[in-house]
Amino acid sequence: MTIFGDFLYVAVHIGLAILSLTFLITVIKVIHGPTLPDRILALDMLVAVAIGFIAVVGIKTGYTLYLDIAIALGLVGFLATVAFARFIMARGHIEEAEEGRPRLVSSENSLLAQSPKEAAIRPLSDGGPNAGKPAGATTGNGESD
Amino acid sequence: MDAIVSLVAGLLILAGTFFAFVASVGLWRFPDIYSRMHAASKAGTLGSGLVLLALAVHSGDTSTVTRALAGIAFFLLTAPISAHLLAKAAYVVGYGLTKSSVLDEMNESKKID
Repeated sequence: MTIFGDFLYVAVHIGLAILSLTFLITVIKVIHGPTLPDRILALDMLVAVAIGFIAVVGIKTGYTLYLDIAIALGLVGFLATVAFARFIMARGHIEEAEEGRPRLVSSENSLLAQSPKEAAIRPLSDGGPNAGKPAGATTGNGESD
Repeated sequence: MDAIVSLVAGLLILAGTFFAFVASVGLWRFPDIYSRMHAASKAGTLGSGLVLLALAVHSGDTSTVTRALAGIAFFLLTAPISAHLLAKAAYVVGYGLTKSSVLDEMNESKKID
């Protein structure tokens, strides 16, 4: 009887230790990750680890109130991943460089290219010395960076 | 009965945290974003789901069990969607597969007629 209670006690503490290590490894992956999708994937993983933390702490202390927070956190993580995926698609094409570190080459066929600000920049950047200036300087629509 | 509940909850905690740890190791070990996605979305979801199941087994009352099972169902629904969206966005934008991959079926120019 009490042996299994002790087993649960030990399992909770081992679980908290492993989850702490997992959280640390994933946070380092968020910082280190060479590309943007790696960081987004690690953030998604981080949400799952936080939910595991909430469940283990709920078993340890008896506070099951945080379970609602876990469900809401899962919803926020899902929406954040969807929004980041849309952001990756909107940011434009990536070409793998020689060292494996990708760089931004163009934003054609992207959502940003359809915006009027980008369309105003596009003919300006064809030539001329002031190609790098913002579009508001010449089109005069009062936009400032 | 209490002993069985403690034993099952402890085993579920150990299994769930083990899967979460394996998923975080897979984030580091796999070569490209598409194979890392396997580790994070499958093993990570299984890990948090098993720990939530341990909470549902351990707490006796109905409201906690219902919320934990609803949380598991919610994660099982949303994790494949977010992983698929992220993989599709990364592929469309041009993040390449790793060098040792043998087949790229989504690449139209390499498709065999």
